[in-house]
Amino acid sequence: MISADFSAILPEVVLVLYAMAALLGAVYTGKDELAGTLTWATVAVFTGLAAWIGLSAPDAVTAFGGMFVDDPFARFAKVTVLLGAAAVLAMSADYMARRGLARFEFPLVVALAVAGMMIMVSAGDLMSLYMGLELQSLSLYILAAFRRESVKSTEAGLKYFVLGSLSSGLLLYGASLTYGFTGTTLFAGIIETIQGGHVSVGLLFGLVLMITGLAFKVSAVPFHMWTPDVYEGSPTPVTAFFATAPKMAAMALFARLVFDAFGAAVADWSQVIAVIAALSMFVGAIAAIGQRNIKRLMAYSSIAHMGFALMGLAAGTEAGVKAMLIYMAVYVAMNVGTFAFILSMEKDGAPATDIDTLNLYARKEPIKALAMLVLLFSLAGVPPMLGFFAKYGVLLAAVNADMVLLAVAGAVASVIGAFYYLRIVYYMYFGTEAEGLETRMVPAQWILLMASAIVMVAGVVNLLGIEGAAALAAEVLVR
Amino acid sequence: MENLLSIITFLPLVAAAILALFLKGDDPAAQANAKWLALIATTVTFLVSLFLLSGFDPADTGFQFVEERDWIMGLKYKVGVDGISVLFVLLTTFLMPITILSCWEVSARVKEYMVAFLVLEGLMIGVFVALDLVLFYLFFEAGLIPMFLIIGIWGGKERIYAAFKFFLYTFLGSVLMLVAMIAMYVDAGTTDIPALLNHQFSSETLNLFGFHIVGGMQTLLWLAFFASFAVKMPMWPVHTWLPDAHVQAPTAGSVVLAAILLKMGGYGFLRFSLPMFPIASDLLAGLIFWMSAIAIVYTSLVALAQSDMKKLIAYSSVAHMGYVTMGIFAANQQGLDGAIFQMLSHGFISGALFLCVGVIYDRMHTREIDAYGGLVNRMPAYALIFMFFTMANVGLPGTSGFVGEFLTLMGIFQVNTWVAAVAATGVILSAAYALWLYRRVVFGDLIKESLKTISDMSAREKAIFAPLVAMTLLLGVYPSLVTDVTGPSVAALVTEYQAAVPADTGVQLASH
Repeated sequence: MISADFSAILPEVVLVLYAMAALLGAVYTGKDELAGTLTWATVAVFTGLAAWIGLSAPDAVTAFGGMFVDDPFARFAKVTVLLGAAAVLAMSADYMARRGLARFEFPLVVALAVAGMMIMVSAGDLMSLYMGLELQSLSLYILAAFRRESVKSTEAGLKYFVLGSLSSGLLLYGASLTYGFTGTTLFAGIIETIQGGHVSVGLLFGLVLMITGLAFKVSAVPFHMWTPDVYEGSPTPVTAFFATAPKMAAMALFARLVFDAFGAAVADWSQVIAVIAALSMFVGAIAAIGQRNIKRLMAYSSIAHMGFALMGLAAGTEAGVKAMLIYMAVYVAMNVGTFAFILSMEKDGAPATDIDTLNLYARKEPIKALAMLVLLFSLAGVPPMLGFFAKYGVLLAAVNADMVLLAVAGAVASVIGAFYYLRIVYYMYFGTEAEGLETRMVPAQWILLMASAIVMVAGVVNLLGIEGAAALAAEVLVR
Repeated sequence: MENLLSIITFLPLVAAAILALFLKGDDPAAQANAKWLALIATTVTFLVSLFLLSGFDPADTGFQFVEERDWIMGLKYKVGVDGISVLFVLLTTFLMPITILSCWEVSARVKEYMVAFLVLEGLMIGVFVALDLVLFYLFFEAGLIPMFLIIGIWGGKERIYAAFKFFLYTFLGSVLMLVAMIAMYVDAGTTDIPALLNHQFSSETLNLFGFHIVGGMQTLLWLAFFASFAVKMPMWPVHTWLPDAHVQAPTAGSVVLAAILLKMGGYGFLRFSLPMFPIASDLLAGLIFWMSAIAIVYTSLVALAQSDMKKLIAYSSVAHMGYVTMGIFAANQQGLDGAIFQMLSHGFISGALFLCVGVIYDRMHTREIDAYGGLVNRMPAYALIFMFFTMANVGLPGTSGFVGEFLTLMGIFQVNTWVAAVAATGVILSAAYALWLYRRVVFGDLIKESLKTISDMSAREKAIFAPLVAMTLLLGVYPSLVTDVTGPSVAALVTEYQAAVPADTGVQLASH
C-alpha cells in the first residue's frame, strides 16, 4: 500500500525534495550568485509539475488512509497554482536582481509555499489541511518581510504573521471542536456523522470558526484588514504572488472543506458564505475608490474578486463550484498580466506605484496601454472580456440556487467596482501629460502581459478548454 | 452565403484588428492609410450587407440567415434577423462610411480613432443580429468601451465627466438586465431568443417583502429590462447623460450615438419587453405613455432654452425618442411600424443635424448659437442642407420625419387619446425650437467679424450629406420601402401580443 500512497503524493515529494536539495546546494556553493539560475530552475520545475499533473489520468485516488486526496478537483487547483507561481517567478527575476533582492531563498521559499498549497488542496483530513496551510503561511510570512532593511516590508511581514497566526488559531479551535463533536478528523468521517443526525451546536461553532480562519486566508470581509497593508509593504513580486497562487489554493481548500466535510449541511454554511461574499464585493469595490497606490488598489480589487468567487461557493451547488473554479482561473490569469505591468512601472529608477504616474501613458506606449486596457475592463467584468464570463458564471449559479438578492448585490457592486478600473484607463488615455514614468520590460514580463491580455479576448471563443476540466473537478467535489 | 451575418458583424472587427496591429506610426501618410482602410472596410461591410436585403424574404415572419454554434458555458453563438432587426443592421452599415468620412479632418491619434469606430460598428451590428440572450448582452455592453474612449479621448472640455457619466449610467442599467436575463435562463432553461419568445413567463401576483407585485415575475423582469433600455433610449427622466455625452463627444461620436446607439434601447423594447413580457407591458403601458408624453413636451421646452447647438439637438433627440416608446407600447400595427420608421428616420436626420453642427464647428470651433448668424450670405449650400434637415426634424410632410411621427401618433390615438393629444403638441414645439435655431444661425445679416471669411461646404462635406438627403426624401415619399419589410413581422408580433394579453386587463385596471 505504501508505494501506492507515495505515487499519489509524488509531485509534492518531488517539489519538496527539489526545494531542499537546491537550498543545501546553494548554501554550500554560490549562494546569491545562484539566485537567477534557481529562479528559472524553479519556473521549470513548476511548469514541469503542472504538465505532469495536468496530463495524468482523470481518476480520484486517496492515500494515507484518506488524509490525502488526489482527484480532478485537486489537480485543477494545483495546475492553476503551479502555473500562476511559475508566471510570477518568471516576471520577477529581473525586478529582484535590479532592486538588490536577488537572494537564492526567494524562489525556494516560493517553492515551499507552493508545496504547502498543493497539500492544502489535496487535504482529506483536518490534520493534513492544517499542515499544508501552515507550510504555506509560514513561507508567505517570510516572503512578505523579504526586503529585510525596509521598515514597510518588515511591518507587512509582522502584521501578516500576527493576524495570520490568529486566524490559524481560530481554525485550529474550530478543528478541535469539530473533532470533539464528531470523533474524527477525516472529512469522510465528519460528513458521515452529519448525514447520520442533525448538526449539533458545537459542530456548528467548529464550522463557523474554520470558515472564519479560511476567510482570513482568502482575505474576505470582515477579515480583510491585513490585505492592503501587506500588499503595499511587500516587494511587488511578492505582492504579485500573494494575489495569485495562494488565493486559488485557499479558495480550493475552502471548497474542499465545506463540501467534503460539511457537504451534508449546505444550508448551515451557505448563508454565512453568502454574507461574507456580499460584504467582500461591496467593501472591495467601495474602499478601492479612494486608493492612489496601485498595489493597495489591487488589494481591494482582490477582496472584491474573492467576494465574487465566494458567491459561487455560497450557491452550494456543482454549478457553483464549477463557476468558482473558472472564476479563480480567470482571476489568476488576469492578475498575472496586471502585475507584470505593475512590476515594470518605475520612475527615476525607483518603483512607481501611484496611479497618476500613468498619465497619458497610452501616447507613449500604445501597445502596452492597450493590453492594460483589456485587462482592466476584464477585471471590471465588462464584456466581451473573459472577466465577464467569469462573473456571469457565478451570477448564474447564485440565481440558480435562489439567491437572487446576492446576484443583484453582485451586479451593483460590479458597477461600483468598474469606476476605479475606469479611472486607471482615464489616467492612461485621457489624462494630462506627466513626466518620467519608465516601463522598461524584460521579455518575460512583456510576454506575460500580452499573453494575459490576449487570453482575455481570445478565451471568449472556448474558454481555452478549462471549462471541461472545471466541470470534471466540480463533479467529483460535489456528490 | 450562410455565414453572411457573421461576416457582416466581424468584418469591421477584423479590419480594426489589422489596423491596430499592423499599421505603425502617426505621420500624415499613416493617418491617411488608417482613414482609407476604415472607409474601405465600412463601405465593403455596407455592400455585403446589401446581400442581406436582397436575400431577405419579408413574408417570412421567422428569423432568417440563422447561424447556430455551440459556445462556452452552455451558451450558443446564434445570430439571425427578422423584419424588425434587418433594417437596423442596414442603418448601421449605411451610416458608418458617412461617419468615417465626417472625421476626415481629424488629426489626433487617428489610428486609435478609426479602430474605435470599427470596433463599435461590429458590436452595434452584433446587437441587432444576436439571437442569444448573453450574446446580445455581450454586444450591448461591449459597445460602451469604444464609446467611452471616443468621448474621453477625442471629446470636448468636460469630456472626462461626460465619459464617466455615460459609462456608469448605462452600465448600471445593464447589469440589472443581466440578472434578469439569468433569471429568464433559470426559468425557461434556455438563452435562445426565438425559444424565449414562445416561453410564457409567469404573471401570477407575487408577494415580495410585503409588496404585491401585480404581473409577478413578468413585471420584475420587465422592470429590469426597462432599467437598461430606458437609459439607453433615453427616456425622461433618465436622459440626463445624453446631453452631456453629446455635447462633449466629437462630431462623429455624436452621429453614431444619436443615429445608432440610441436605437438599441428601442430595439430592446421591441425584441424583449413587448413580446416576452406582454402582460407586464400591458400593465405598465400607461407609465410608458405618460413618460413619453412628458419627454416630448418637457424636453422640447428644454431644447427651446438651449444656447448650445449640440445640446439643443440632443434634447430634440430625447423628444423624438418619446414618439418611439409611445408607438412601441401602443402595440398596434401603426404604432410599431411607426416606431421602427421613426427610429430609422431619426437615424438619418439626427445624424445629419449633428454633421451640420460639425461643419460649422470645424470652421469656428464653437457651438454657441450666439456666435453665429447670417450664414446664408456666405454658405448658401450649407443653408439649404441645414434647412432641409431642420424641416425633416420638424416633421414636414414629404420627409421621413413626418411619416414616423404621424404613424406613432395614429397608433397611440387608438389606445390613449389624451396622451396622443399631449404628444401632438410636441410637433408644434419641435417646429418652434428647430426653426428658431435655424433663424438664429442662418438668417439675418452677417454682422459678426469672425464669420466674414467663413467658407461654404467642401465637396467632401457635400458628398457626406448626399446619401442622407436621398434617404430622408426617399423614405418620406415612399415609406412602404420600410413598412413592407417590417410589416409582416410586426403583424405577427401584434397578433401574439394581443393573444397573450387577457382582454379584460384594461377593465381591471380601470376599476382599481
